[in-house]
Amino acid sequence: MWLNVVWFALFVIIIAGYLIMDGFDLGVGILHPFLARNDEERRVFLNSIGPVWDGNEVWLVLGGGALFAAFPLVYASLFSGLYIAMMLVLLVLILRTVAIEFRSKRPSPAWRSFWDGVFFAASLGIALLLGVAFGNILDGLPIAADGYIRANLYDLLTPYALLVGVTTIFMLATHGAIYLSMKASGALLDRVKHWVPRLMIAFFALNTVLVGVTALVHETVSDRYWSQPWLVILPGAALLSVIVAWLMVRRQRYFVAFFFSAAMIAGLLISAAVGLYPNLLVSTLNSSYNLTIFNAASQPNTLTVMLIMALIGMPFVLLYTAGVYYIFRGRVQIGPNSY
Amino acid sequence: MDSLLLSRVQFALTASFHFIYPPLSMGLGLLLIIIGVNYLRTRDPKWRQLSFFWVKVYGLVFAVGVATGIVQEFEFGTNWPEYSRFVGNIFGSLLAAEGVFAFFLEGGFLGLMLFGGNRLGPRMWLLAIFMVAFGAHFSALWILMANSWMQTPAGYVVTQTPMGAQAFMTDFGATVFTPSFLPRLWHTWVASWMTGAALMLSVGAWFLLRVKQHAELGKATIRVALPVFVIFSILQVPLFGARQAENVTHNQPVKLAAMEGVWEDTACAPMTVVGWIDEANQTTYGIKIPCLLSFLAYGDINATVQGLHSFPADTWPPLQITFQAYHLMINLGMVFIGIGLLAAFFFFWGRRLWRSTFILWILVLTIFLTEVATIVGWWTAEFGRQPWIVWELLRTVDAGSPVLLGYQVLISNGMFILLYGILFVLFIFLLNEKIQHGPDSLESMEERPVNALPDTFREIFRRQARA
Ligand code: HDD
Ligand code: HEM
Ligand code: HEM
Repeated sequence: MWLNVVWFALFVIIIAGYLIMDGFDLGVGILHPFLARNDEERRVFLNSIGPVWDGNEVWLVLGGGALFAAFPLVYASLFSGLYIAMMLVLLVLILRTVAIEFRSKRPSPAWRSFWDGVFFAASLGIALLLGVAFGNILDGLPIAADGYIRANLYDLLTPYALLVGVTTIFMLATHGAIYLSMKASGALLDRVKHWVPRLMIAFFALNTVLVGVTALVHETVSDRYWSQPWLVILPGAALLSVIVAWLMVRRQRYFVAFFFSAAMIAGLLISAAVGLYPNLLVSTLNSSYNLTIFNAASQPNTLTVMLIMALIGMPFVLLYTAGVYYIFRGRVQIGPNSY
Repeated sequence: MDSLLLSRVQFALTASFHFIYPPLSMGLGLLLIIIGVNYLRTRDPKWRQLSFFWVKVYGLVFAVGVATGIVQEFEFGTNWPEYSRFVGNIFGSLLAAEGVFAFFLEGGFLGLMLFGGNRLGPRMWLLAIFMVAFGAHFSALWILMANSWMQTPAGYVVTQTPMGAQAFMTDFGATVFTPSFLPRLWHTWVASWMTGAALMLSVGAWFLLRVKQHAELGKATIRVALPVFVIFSILQVPLFGARQAENVTHNQPVKLAAMEGVWEDTACAPMTVVGWIDEANQTTYGIKIPCLLSFLAYGDINATVQGLHSFPADTWPPLQITFQAYHLMINLGMVFIGIGLLAAFFFFWGRRLWRSTFILWILVLTIFLTEVATIVGWWTAEFGRQPWIVWELLRTVDAGSPVLLGYQVLISNGMFILLYGILFVLFIFLLNEKIQHGPDSLESMEERPVNALPDTFREIFRRQARA
């Protein structure tokens, strides 16, 4: 049983890892048409994430694999039930990858601005779709007795899900802007710095609305917090992180601000996950059809084997990820090898 | 339209398209290591110039490989949820392990490989290249482990649960080292090295033929790639290919019967070179070499090979395509040996290779042939596995999605055909541009002298930011 809880926690950590790591890549993509004014500046944006975005995206791939292995019934139900939405996610993921790689391969301005457009639209699309999907998971899905979801794309676009989607966009844009404050220089840096506080305020406003609506509408989530009030330290920690991030942005200490922005993302995700626990997917038809971390999980020996693999593998991952970020630290300069 | 049929089409399409790229990543990775070692040994700038060039090609290949790989990762859930439920305990773990152990390695070091050339000294850059290539091979290892478990399941018990039957892991070691795993792994690795070498041969030959100012670099490329291509083409047939045939004989005899179009149990069974299965009359026409199949499958010319009639007809795979795909692979394998030996012969015969336009043109075409061979090899394995999705445990018809509607898969199929079509055209276009442009001069690539770059861990972690 404890293995199921451990895997739930690990899964949440992996998704948080994705939102934090690839989150700033997406934020950079979302911001670049607004902040970068010419080719040189666009390239600074691209190359700020150039050496790391691929490794960051692996967190999502790992999330898919971990869900498949630890909670196969959720992997099966969720992705088959959200079929068209998933296909759209795959589409935008592919488009972003090739946009980054193809853009600077040719000098033609038309070629470059086309891929700039794709890069922006795909980054925005990923953030929006992930948010909408997450909104639907909080909303609950029409899971039937056989564990399958019968819904079409239109059913998924509820106002609540869209609110989560838009909030996610602003959250990642803020995160990306803080990251860029460490990477850009000159006039571009000034523009980025100008925008960071504004984005933070917009995000904070949206998020406050979202938390309010969630508390009012989602009884499963709010009941958990009523019955175990001490859990409020989790959203509390997220709120504290926002405040510290804000103060650090004001003092122009962007590295610390970035750290707290990451903590805030993790805090929000964990707060929501705790609200769902022990459910992974809540059925809107009948609560006995809920898929939980117990009835949807793999057997203990699979979970044990996987835990051992994670314990062996993840320290290496963290070690060389840190090494790569260290080598590419500092502000971006465009060279002959850059994107 | 039937969502199951369309899902099969989609899977075949997306998997085949994905598999254009990983063999190149593995093969080019190996050859980039050789080129890097050559530079360290000789300090001849041409090797460094080639490293810069091929790393850029690698980046392009890798990007498309990643973009299409992500689709594969989620497609089991979207289109094959019944399958996902059945195999999640085992197959899911192997897929997740691929993420933890291999994809992070590749993704993490990729940045250092692509941008490390003028940031790291040659030894550290080579280390980064090595890590990426190692990650690519490691990633193939895990996915082939997962695939091999579907082909020859072991170390499991099937249990009925409220959500249908599920395979639970009983013995991790057995699920990992299933009988078909090692033969499949080696055969695929070797095929990948051949494919990477073939790309280098093609480009090298092209430089000699058409981009004359790079003729010397073309020769250097061929000198590295030709031995790899010749040696592995030769070894592939008697060693790695034969092991695969033996593996299929023992573990999936009905697949072997379909691959060779054997209808009745036959002693001293012949092997067909080219042929045609006539399903209506239940015979196989073609040019046959007597007793060779018995020898290949059992190492004994008198051994009996089981025919299709020894198995219930509802366990036969689609015959024609399995047969043709298999023979195309084999025949191409023979052609590769021929091409390799011919090129080697003209190389040793007073370097006539550099002037023989005809052979150089053949080399230019080799890459297309090796790609075809690797893909039809997979078709053999995957079509030959039908009607099972998990061998003798779960049928493909029972593995699909009860909630998927035909029009939805039609939309996604349309999307993939369009998207992959465009991607492929752009890939070829950019690759072609890169090749026509050829390697950049070292002066234009290097911002600072090689000797000024940090070339040990201590130097990297002590100096100031160089970004
Ligand atoms: C350059 C590519 C290439 C070449 C020249 C060959 N193969 Fe191959 N073959 C592959 C590339 C490949 C592959 C794409 O890598 C496959 C697909 C699945 C696998 O394990 O490897 C494969 C599969 C495959 C299978 C099916 C395995 C299964 O169904 O599980 C058999 C029996 C062989 N091969 C046998 C041979 C023989 C006897 C060859 C001698 C000429 C040969 N292959 C040459
Ligand atoms: C990359 C090389 C591969 C190619 C070219 C390939 C090709 C194919 C083809 C042609 C089919 C359709 C067979 C049919 O429907 O009759 C298929 C099916 C399938 N393959 Fe593969 N395959 C590859 C690798 C893999 C791997 C590594 C796995 C698992 C790890 C896998 C899992 C499946 C599944 C689940 C199906 C769908 C069900 C089915 O039709 O059997 N494939 N593949
Ligand atoms: C059908 C099952 C398959 C799945 C689910 C799958 C999954 C993936 C994913 C998710 C990626 C992107 C990784 C990243 O973001 O870095 C990828 C790339 C890759 N895959 Fe696959 N893959 C499949 C088939 C194969 C096969 C059969 C091989 C090799 C034999 C292979 C070898 C690779 C390699 C080496 C890469 C690195 C990218 C590249 O080299 O182009 N894959 N795959």
